[in-house]
Amino acid sequence: MATSDKDMLVQFLLRMGDNSLILGHRVSEWCGHAPVLEEDIALANTALDLIGQTQFWLGYAAEVMDGDKTADDVAFLRDVWNFRNILLVELPNGDFGQTLMRQFLFDAYQSILLPRLSKSSDPRVAEIAEKASKECAYHVERSADTVVGLGDGTEESHARMQAALDRLWPYVGEMFASDDIDAAMAAAGIAPDPASLRSEYDALVGKVMAEATLTIPQSDFAHKGGRSGKTHTEHLGHLLTQMQWLQRAYPGASW
Amino acid sequence: MYAQMVKSEATQDDPEKLAAFQQKIDANIKVEPRDWMPEGYRKTLIRQIGQHAHSEIVGQLPEGNWITRAPTLERKMILLAKVQDEAGHGLYLYAAAETLGVSRDELTEMLLDGRMKYSSIFNYPTLNWADIGAVGWLVDGAAIMNQVPLQRTSYGPYSRAMIRICKEESFHQRQGYDIMMKMAQGTEAQKQMAQDALNRLWYPSLMMFGPSDAASVHSEQSMGWKIKINSNDELRQKFVDQTVPQAKYLGLTVPDDNLTWNEDKGGWDYTDPDWTEFFDVLKGNGPCNTERLEARNKAWDDGAWVRDGLLAHAEKKRAAKTAAE
Repeated sequence: MATSDKDMLVQFLLRMGDNSLILGHRVSEWCGHAPVLEEDIALANTALDLIGQTQFWLGYAAEVMDGDKTADDVAFLRDVWNFRNILLVELPNGDFGQTLMRQFLFDAYQSILLPRLSKSSDPRVAEIAEKASKECAYHVERSADTVVGLGDGTEESHARMQAALDRLWPYVGEMFASDDIDAAMAAAGIAPDPASLRSEYDALVGKVMAEATLTIPQSDFAHKGGRSGKTHTEHLGHLLTQMQWLQRAYPGASW
Repeated sequence: MYAQMVKSEATQDDPEKLAAFQQKIDANIKVEPRDWMPEGYRKTLIRQIGQHAHSEIVGQLPEGNWITRAPTLERKMILLAKVQDEAGHGLYLYAAAETLGVSRDELTEMLLDGRMKYSSIFNYPTLNWADIGAVGWLVDGAAIMNQVPLQRTSYGPYSRAMIRICKEESFHQRQGYDIMMKMAQGTEAQKQMAQDALNRLWYPSLMMFGPSDAASVHSEQSMGWKIKINSNDELRQKFVDQTVPQAKYLGLTVPDDNLTWNEDKGGWDYTDPDWTEFFDVLKGNGPCNTERLEARNKAWDDGAWVRDGLLAHAEKKRAAKTAAE
């Protein structure tokens, strides 16, 4: 594999792994604080799946990179500017409604992307996606059900879910903003061009929001920069200070 | 032991029925939800199972405190899985308590307003990463010591919940000891963390078994009913005997200058925990009592709109279905 091809593949793998790492971290912040015991269990389970997927994506990224890095090195020893997750997943949890709305908007994307990745020309990508796809099928079913239940629940729950959708919608567009890396992945048959997934995504999200009696905002403005590495929100740095603290404070220790 | 100082209820039932009930217990026949049982038996069990369930739920907090700071992806996954198991234990136990005629919401309200207790151990803080190892090793270790015999308890649903829970708890204890091994064999700083965790959690772990037998006023009736199988001191001794060699293997020092091997009893002589501290913690004056209850109350209050919303949606769906039929 030529160096530039390798770099492109690494960037793609970081995008996948950083999304699941950062969202997994955010979801895990709920532990012990959910509105009802069943939700505590479900949130921990979702976080667990996401961190498990991270191990595969970042483990593969570490292999493709030169040197003898591990998934842990990649997760715990990079700084903000080297993270490639979308901005949506690093946003603070907000209330339970915002957490579940964010989860659904992400799960819906993954539920369309992962089955395609399971047919990737790269057998490792295909294998990881195959496994993640099964977990995602369950995640999207649960987050969609919860969005519907709360959107079409009481007046208060409806208002909170509409506020969550309004707050998060400007972060959806980034998932579909294709660039050179996406073009290279598509040309190599490794991954589909994200822009090509948009209509299927809109149909799925539209159906769930209609059932939830929620209105999708008109504006198609999109905050971007996380996937490309151009910028992040101020929140990511704080998240990393917590997540990376032990590895940073005690370099070289084995845990 | 996740249930401490469970007050047994006096019972004023028909002596004949009571005698028949006791015979059944003595013959190791399980009591099932629809069977006749003395009112005192039912109330004591609700208190004990409820306290155990609450301990599982509040117990998520000191461990959850380290999920976002777990040092590797694998450790983070193991800890998530463990905390998820504990919430699951809470669910089985609430379900077991519900068979005795009390709802999960009623039990939750009693936890939140302080009428019911949870284990004193969860009122202690987790301050460094080795605490997560020590919680698995010592706290889950002490819990297993109590719960293994409870698999034989007289109340069927409780006994069956214990059988499931014990399987998962031994995995928890092993992962805790595994963290301790890594830390004890690690850098100087890691060794210090491990010793610091043991220093702080040793006596609180001994307190988990409850006060000494001489001061344990509720035991006799509960033992007669096989709701409690062994005495507090018996279990505490067993725990010390099991744990001291494990600490030695780790190269850690148990923070007890009086720890000596007693050939005659075939066990270790040890210093009792400070019982004044124990009763202070039970009264609400432990280092984290206020925060733990605040966190649970906040979760419950902040989640009210979610529970109401989901319930309202379920009602709408039911109404629509009925209308269609």
